[in-house]
Amino acid sequence: MPYNNETYDDRVIRMFLMAAAIWGVVGMAIGVLAAAQLAWPALNFDTSWLTFSRIRTNHTFGVIFAFGGSALMGTCYYIVQRTGHVRLALGKLAMFTFWGWQAACFLAMATIPFGITQSKEYAEPEWFIDILIAAVWVSFAVVFFTTLTRRRIKHIYVANWYYGALIIAVALLHIVNNLALPVSLTKSYPIYSGAVDAMVQWWYGHNAVAFFLTAGFLGMMYYFVPRQAQQPLWSYRFSIVNFWALISIYMWAGSHHLLYTALPDWVQSVGMVFSVVLLMPSMGSAANGLMTFNGSWGKLRTDPAAKFMVMALVFYAVSTFEGSMMAIRSVNSLTHYTDWTIAHVHGGAIGWVAMITIGSLYAMAPRALDQPAMHSQRAMNVHFWLHTSGLLMYVIAMWAAGVTEGLMWRATNADGSLTHDFLSSLIAIHPFYIARFIGGLLVLSGMVVMAWNLWYTAEDARLGHIKPILVPPPEHIPEPIPDQNPDPTLVRT
Amino acid sequence: MALGYKHWEKLEKNAGLLAVLIAVMVSFGGLAEILPLFNDAQTVKPAPGVKPYSALRLAGRDVYVREGCYQCHSQMIRTLRFETQRYGEFSTAGEFVYDRPFQWGSKRTGPDLARVGGKYSDAWQRAHLLAPRDLVPESNMPGYPWLAKAAIDGNDLRERMRTLRTLGDPYSEEELAGAPDAVKGKTELDALIAYLQGLGVNVAPPAQPGAGAP
Repeated sequence: MPYNNETYDDRVIRMFLMAAAIWGVVGMAIGVLAAAQLAWPALNFDTSWLTFSRIRTNHTFGVIFAFGGSALMGTCYYIVQRTGHVRLALGKLAMFTFWGWQAACFLAMATIPFGITQSKEYAEPEWFIDILIAAVWVSFAVVFFTTLTRRRIKHIYVANWYYGALIIAVALLHIVNNLALPVSLTKSYPIYSGAVDAMVQWWYGHNAVAFFLTAGFLGMMYYFVPRQAQQPLWSYRFSIVNFWALISIYMWAGSHHLLYTALPDWVQSVGMVFSVVLLMPSMGSAANGLMTFNGSWGKLRTDPAAKFMVMALVFYAVSTFEGSMMAIRSVNSLTHYTDWTIAHVHGGAIGWVAMITIGSLYAMAPRALDQPAMHSQRAMNVHFWLHTSGLLMYVIAMWAAGVTEGLMWRATNADGSLTHDFLSSLIAIHPFYIARFIGGLLVLSGMVVMAWNLWYTAEDARLGHIKPILVPPPEHIPEPIPDQNPDPTLVRT
Repeated sequence: MALGYKHWEKLEKNAGLLAVLIAVMVSFGGLAEILPLFNDAQTVKPAPGVKPYSALRLAGRDVYVREGCYQCHSQMIRTLRFETQRYGEFSTAGEFVYDRPFQWGSKRTGPDLARVGGKYSDAWQRAHLLAPRDLVPESNMPGYPWLAKAAIDGNDLRERMRTLRTLGDPYSEEELAGAPDAVKGKTELDALIAYLQGLGVNVAPPAQPGAGAP
């Protein structure tokens, strides 16, 4: 019997999986409402807790931290067990990370519409929720690293590197950015002010994108893409090089959110330069994922999960390329403050983050739920097309709106006066706001299809009819071949 | 190469070493870009004329922060000609030293507000905040009618000012003691208007020719 019948701890993973599906629907539904309010402002209903300026935060927090966070923690626990051939350590603490995270997300979503907010983008929850988030995050770190040290496979697979970076960097970012002095339970003031606060905030904000929305999901990609392609990673060494480049360069790029502002010029320039350098690890990671499908592209005809993954990698490449370009001063002067930023963010969020998550969930769910496959393959395909068409509609509408705004704001007459007043630009983009709402609605309906599909796939698990999976018995793992580059037999053609 | 791989291999098999090296690698960027700002006079010294917010304006600012106005309105005029022409002189770091949190924003669904003070009358601001489309039919800004009904808690405001003083804002004992009286009978709407009407007026250098186009 292998390891005294040690089994994988998949219960907490199933719970995170379901939480991600529910938060995904909730977060995106609020996003659709916010989009509708921008097109038809009567939908604010003159009600404080339904007003755009309050619920937009619920959309961003709900999608990034509740949906994305649950998916990240669930897949992380899945991957660290499978790549280490070991049961998850500290089962009770792992269960605390689930309930703690759900409590933090629920508290944040319940307080923000009532004006209990720090109003720092993507770090809105007030200080008492921040403390809970920090406690959960540290527990997450303890569970992950303890499991890692107990692993039976000597080599730490690269996906775990990205999850490790996610955990360490987000802890650092969250704590430093949220340092504040409370006045009361519901109000605090940050210890930073003005330009310093701006720099700290965008160092946080940008790297929340880098580590929460990029490194974590790259970890997901590095495990599930080879799994779904049923091929080894295109280049393992390339993934390591990209890892170190990505985590060290990203941290310098935050100040590109503040170009042409009152932030000292040198910081802006440093941020811009590092943002352009970031092209290399970004393109490298996308290429590594896509090339892994070399030789199994046929899967795109048969496997909806693989379709999601490939589209995710394409949008990862598109969004990171776009991001580096937008970080160049002269481009930024046009794009900043416009809906182009919204297009960029959603290309990354709906295209990359959501699609790699959905692809990974479709790959992981049957295994974690002890089923041969998802309940409905057809529903997965429907989801893919709803999601992809919604994504394209959303992003194209916002690109068009952003370029319109950028050009109208800077248009100048022959005598040097401005051509348009501000309001004209808002009127001009109104049709795009309607198109964006429809795009969002399509994406949301896809998420509902996924939740339905997961619910039925989980039927046996709900009824307690499934058995835990045994940690596989030890097998002979060959020693790595000493590097003798270039060995022509190892070079892929 | 063969020698190099050995070192990588050590790292690939040691979780603690990996974690430490990650922590080191992610620390440089923040250290290099944030720490110098604390010593940079330009970012931490108030510009001439910039004082801590008065009790009423602070209450208004906290309403602005609470309602999430920054999600559609920036308070940062960039150093670009078409920006200064539309909104007034570009913003400088010294104007924001008492802003906790900063409200520079990242998106303009509505116009920049860094120098909106005095551009419209109090009555216009009041009517516009309550029902924006009465004045600007094409606007997509939400109305904020509940602000007119909410009174300001003077004692809470005094505690807020005390907290800000702990953080280094130079409020005097008299200003703290006088806070409840300064906001007596005022609504959150009054406070928000007072905040908006003071934005950029104390420090704006003479406007450029052609500045302030709508």
